[in-house]
Amino acid sequence: MMAHILLWAIMLAQVMIVVAMACYTYRLIRGPRAQDRVLCLDGMYVCAMLLALTVGIRTGSTFYFEAALIIAVLGFVSSVALAKFLMRGEVIE
Amino acid sequence: MTDAGNLPAWAALLTAFLVLLGAGLALAGAIGTLRFKSFYERIHAPTLGTSWGTAAVALGSIVYFSVLGSRPVLHEILIAVFITFTTPVTLTLLARAALYRDRAEASETVPQRIVLRSQAPEAGRNGRDKGTA
Repeated sequence: MMAHILLWAIMLAQVMIVVAMACYTYRLIRGPRAQDRVLCLDGMYVCAMLLALTVGIRTGSTFYFEAALIIAVLGFVSSVALAKFLMRGEVIE
Repeated sequence: MTDAGNLPAWAALLTAFLVLLGAGLALAGAIGTLRFKSFYERIHAPTLGTSWGTAAVALGSIVYFSVLGSRPVLHEILIAVFITFTTPVTLTLLARAALYRDRAEASETVPQRIVLRSQAPEAGRNGRDKGTA
């Protein structure tokens, strides 16, 4: 019984995270300027990381934790690089 | 859902609540980016998902794996700490870049350059240059 509640809760959470990614995608396509698109890319990275964590809980394996950590690190680096590109016009000076 | 059958009820309910809370906060942040009008309002919205959204999902994962393995599994703290430390850095850089771009275009929505008292020598030098020219 409790396992079913947990399964449905995690499935609902995954649906919510995917809907959040869809919202970010809409703003990413429509966003009036480049900084909106970078902001949405950052949000999508966080959503993908949360999705990997929930898949890890659902399957009961700890391997998804490492994927989530790598997604978090890559998202930080790419967002900083894009923000720096918007500021300066180049990433490495 | 391999071993969830032998999970005690309180742990299953707590994990379900925390995961749902985190996903709901992430969804609220995403909807916020759709609804706010200007970029400077919009940049506040995803922090819902990156602060308590991430922390709640990581806590749920910690509770689930700790109770299931009957030993403390704490490595999800790494993700929560990393996201907590890196999000302000990213968003501050992004807001500065947006402010720079808006000022470079002389946009009406942002105030133009503010001269602080600590930057007075620079302002004085500019004034002298203007005077000599």
